[in-house]
Amino acid sequence: MGNFSRRKMIAAGIGATAGAGGLALAASIAGRYGLIPPDDGGLYGAGEALTYAAQRLLTRHSMAREFSRSQITAPFANGAPPTDDEFRRLQAGGFADWRLAVDGMVARPASFSLAELKSYPSRSQITHLACEEGWSFIAEWTGVPLAHVLNVVGILPQAKYVAYFSIERGWWDSLDMADALHPQTFLTYGMNGGELPPGHGGPLRMRVPRQLGYKNVKYITRLTVTDSLKSFGKGLGSASPEAGYAWYAGI
Amino acid sequence: MADSAWVPSLAAIIQATSDAPRRHSLVVRITHWVTTLCFLALLVTGVEILISHPRFYWGEAGNVLTPPLFSLPIPASRGSVPTGYGYVLPDQNGWSRALHFQAAWLAVLTGLLYFVWGLVTGHFRKNLLPAGADLSWAAFSRVIFKRRGEGDAWSYNVLQRITYLLVIFVLFPLVIWTGLAMSPAIAGVFPGLVSVLGGQQSARTIHFFVSVFLLLFLAVHIAMVFVAGFRNRMRAMITGRAGDR
Repeated sequence: MGNFSRRKMIAAGIGATAGAGGLALAASIAGRYGLIPPDDGGLYGAGEALTYAAQRLLTRHSMAREFSRSQITAPFANGAPPTDDEFRRLQAGGFADWRLAVDGMVARPASFSLAELKSYPSRSQITHLACEEGWSFIAEWTGVPLAHVLNVVGILPQAKYVAYFSIERGWWDSLDMADALHPQTFLTYGMNGGELPPGHGGPLRMRVPRQLGYKNVKYITRLTVTDSLKSFGKGLGSASPEAGYAWYAGI
Repeated sequence: MADSAWVPSLAAIIQATSDAPRRHSLVVRITHWVTTLCFLALLVTGVEILISHPRFYWGEAGNVLTPPLFSLPIPASRGSVPTGYGYVLPDQNGWSRALHFQAAWLAVLTGLLYFVWGLVTGHFRKNLLPAGADLSWAAFSRVIFKRRGEGDAWSYNVLQRITYLLVIFVLFPLVIWTGLAMSPAIAGVFPGLVSVLGGQQSARTIHFFVSVFLLLFLAVHIAMVFVAGFRNRMRAMITGRAGDR
């Protein structure tokens, strides 16, 4: 330590202060532009925040890759459909009684049947569904863009997130408006030319091709538009961070 | 702004830390150990993520319904993979993914600092680029068959230089590239990054092989530190001072 002079100490002090100040400034700017994820706390919060901020800056308007029909692969259904009485009853009735409720910060809260959702302009995309485990498949997904349904109910200007809930208790997630209004984000009811099979989330699955499989929650029955995720679950944005997984799954 | 005179430039900091002759500069020592920490975190979490699906594919997509390129003969941490083992390992993907990406961020930012510093100071040219005269089999064999000693304690020999350049400029960029290519969002922004590799499953497979090469490098690197003298080499990379000459 003999040659560690006073001048160097001062320089190091100024450098450290400037660094800390720069970080605080960066965090405040990131917060203002919606670049901080709801699960930014804890041991891995810094990594989550960096990934979300970097990808949001890069991908706000980008499209997920689309493929040709010849690239469609065998679809692996992860897990089995719910076995509770309510789902079985709905399935026995051909899901004619399935409802999608939309509430929260919307001008006209509503509840839609599958037939109503199918009466809206239908879109198809051939995209990749990649699981965080490492496997993937390519399928043709058909549905109504979430943005269309949000336009029907009229989202209020202060809306920042859309939370979505599965009929399976405990399964819920949320998207920021960049993904919620993205043209490839579908409420999906068809797959590879047929009905969406229950194993793949039928009758209604959230399809977010710019994020990993676990954001694509199956058996959607409710959407809530909100400006804050603090009051949902443990306030981390979805059930995934409560189980140790990132809220943002673009990587 | 009178205060701005007090803000030290990067060059001044580098100058201030290199008064005494050192085997390794402060920047090399700090980036070396931060990278070491990150690499160990990436390795452990990478293995944890890998065992959730120890099958590899080529092309864009692959799952247990499609033929694998190869499978590792190990048990898996998810019941969705047929492994031939009658049990499923504990699933650790949640924190493994979070730590993997956080360590990757730190490693990439550290690597960026090292890269810019190396260019500015001529580190790569002076310390890592082999001399033209050393690029011959005769020079290689002189390195391999020379008597062990401390003769190279102040400079890298030609094989070390080639190895470090390969790790820094081929394996590290490739492992970052293939890692980013697996991200569905990044693949959308830079589709060429993925298609050049043959698809997202190909990227995952290459990511695995590059990791294996990096692990091989680590094993040889540690073995050579022991061969050359563990105490002196560790002291040089921690304090900067080389051994007695």
